[in-house]
Amino acid sequence: MAGQSTYVPGTALTRWLDQRLPILRLVNDTVTTYPTPRNLNFWYVFGAILAFMLGVQIVTGIVLAMHYVPNADLAFGSVEGRIMREVNYGWLIRYTHANGASMFFLAVYIHMFRGLYYGSYKAPREVLWILGVFIYLLMMATAFFGYVLPWGQMSFWGATVITSLFSALDQIIPHLGSAITTWLWGDFAVGDATLNRFFSLHYLLPFAIAGVVMLHIWALHVPGNNNPLGIDPKGPQDMVPFHPYYTMKDAFYLALFVLFFAFFVFYAPNFFGNPDNYTQANPLVTPPDIVPEWYLLPYYAMLRSVPQKLLGVLVLLGAILTLLFIPWLDRSKTRSCRFRPVMKKLFWIFAVDCVLLGYAGAQSADAAWHLGGMDLPLVWLARLGTAYYFAFFWVLMPLVGKLERPKPVPESIAQSVLGKAGESK
Amino acid sequence: MRIALAAAICILTGSAAAEDTSQPLPPRQISWPFSGPLGTYDRGTLQRGFQVYKEVCSACHSLNLVAFHDLAAPGGPGFTLAQAKAIAAGYKLPADPDDRGEIFDEHGNRLKRPGVLADHFPPPFANEQAARANNSGALPPDLSLIVKARVGGADYVYSILTGFGHKPPKGFAVLANKYYNPYFNGRNISMPPPLNKGSVSFADGTPATVGNEAKAVTTFLAWASEPNLEQRHRLGFQVMAFLVLLSGLLFLTYRKIWKDKH
Repeated sequence: MAGQSTYVPGTALTRWLDQRLPILRLVNDTVTTYPTPRNLNFWYVFGAILAFMLGVQIVTGIVLAMHYVPNADLAFGSVEGRIMREVNYGWLIRYTHANGASMFFLAVYIHMFRGLYYGSYKAPREVLWILGVFIYLLMMATAFFGYVLPWGQMSFWGATVITSLFSALDQIIPHLGSAITTWLWGDFAVGDATLNRFFSLHYLLPFAIAGVVMLHIWALHVPGNNNPLGIDPKGPQDMVPFHPYYTMKDAFYLALFVLFFAFFVFYAPNFFGNPDNYTQANPLVTPPDIVPEWYLLPYYAMLRSVPQKLLGVLVLLGAILTLLFIPWLDRSKTRSCRFRPVMKKLFWIFAVDCVLLGYAGAQSADAAWHLGGMDLPLVWLARLGTAYYFAFFWVLMPLVGKLERPKPVPESIAQSVLGKAGESK
Repeated sequence: MRIALAAAICILTGSAAAEDTSQPLPPRQISWPFSGPLGTYDRGTLQRGFQVYKEVCSACHSLNLVAFHDLAAPGGPGFTLAQAKAIAAGYKLPADPDDRGEIFDEHGNRLKRPGVLADHFPPPFANEQAARANNSGALPPDLSLIVKARVGGADYVYSILTGFGHKPPKGFAVLANKYYNPYFNGRNISMPPPLNKGSVSFADGTPATVGNEAKAVTTFLAWASEPNLEQRHRLGFQVMAFLVLLSGLLFLTYRKIWKDKH
């Protein structure tokens, strides 16, 4: 909880600074003495990992931008010819940045599922959750713009498919959608103008993310951390100062995460990539399957599962915007799924559902499962998955919150950690 | 054992292929010395592969992203700088305007100059249209990234190069100016069989079989696609070893700090 500041300036200089700009007090209160529940488990380390990944992406990105040329004729060569071959350690910076995007999304998905499981979106943390959804939206936009920049085949055709989604608006007001698409492209097709503005936005948005991350941390530090028990801390015996307890825990798991990250950078740098993106963009040759990056596949499956274009786009938008309403869709007084037997099962079905949607999104549009002579088109798997996605949030969540009988929650965090004694040493 | 396995795969995939020629065969699995976390390129193979590219492939395929100085770079084919200079000088590239401001000589021919280390391999055709006109309408792809640009990578490239000479299954129509290659998508490929026994003569005495030629040039193209692979593998080992050590130390510190809080 944000309480009275305990910062005491130690020297004449810091006393002088504290009366003019209490920045050291801010750092002390938010990083050093910030009281944190003592029972945060492994799943709570991803916040720090995400902050680290944002830093990695910004630093590698700035270096890449020093060598990259945002021009439709030169972009591919500047990446594959210059950065990957001529620039000292350019291959390392580029592979780190490209795989970093995947690691960033991996971490953000774990972070989001953790929040969902432990009810971290519930009062008084609604604003914290909503700011998180904004960060996620900005991340998706940034990743999309970034994927276009190497100007390979998937870059070009991915940009074409996603920007063309706006043309669905033609079905409401004729020409409106096409006009918006043309405005977004800056031309009558995806081309040089599009590449230039996407580069500009790809450079801008990470700083917007950094800004919202500040707000996100601020909104975290006012109510304080949720915890796996989902109960409010009762006093100092439930807490530890953030430093050194969580700085050390986060540092250890961050090192393990970087180890995992480094494996891909050094030994499987193209694991998450698409071979087609090593062929320069060609507006005259459409690849057989246009597939987005893995982290967008569930939404892609939802989009394709609806046979009507405008409805498909609305479903896609709705799936993302739904996340904003979760704090009010869940009516249960109990936060953590540990004490919610029904919600816990539905949560895990939801997690599997997201993976299945991702799988369906990765297959070609007419793919099918052959089961003992029967053909099960995967589009039906996607439809089923989409139905559960929406039902989970809009039907099951409010309903279960009312009907479920949660298990009793422990008296206090300290009691749960230390046993019946309930006394901290 | 391996032959039996290969035969079994041939029978299995062969029978499947008889039914479904719309799908290409999966590429043949080769164990490349450069795959795996500590893999490196074999210098001799890279030099032979360069010879195959130069004497065979480069007649139709460009290698736009590779510079002559790359041939002498660490982790590459291991030519000396003098050798790379000589190779570069063997190519004639379009020259800058001369003292008269002309880029053509009095006969209307484009002025040329010998290549230098900083130059990239010159393309065999002036533009896409010229390439298509010389290849029955087909465009021979640039080979700079071909191993990374195809599903299956080096296995795929090797399979295509050695995949000629199979009899098309009954009822399969080989189109005009096309060749049957079961590893190619659609199985009708515009490229004529590029490699034959003795297509090149290897100076080191390696027999110039189709298999050896294909292996050499595939290795060369894998290097062209990923010239920093050896440095990446080496640095990766150092980074991973450091991180394992760091994680261990951080773990001990973490446990010590938390000892009285659990």
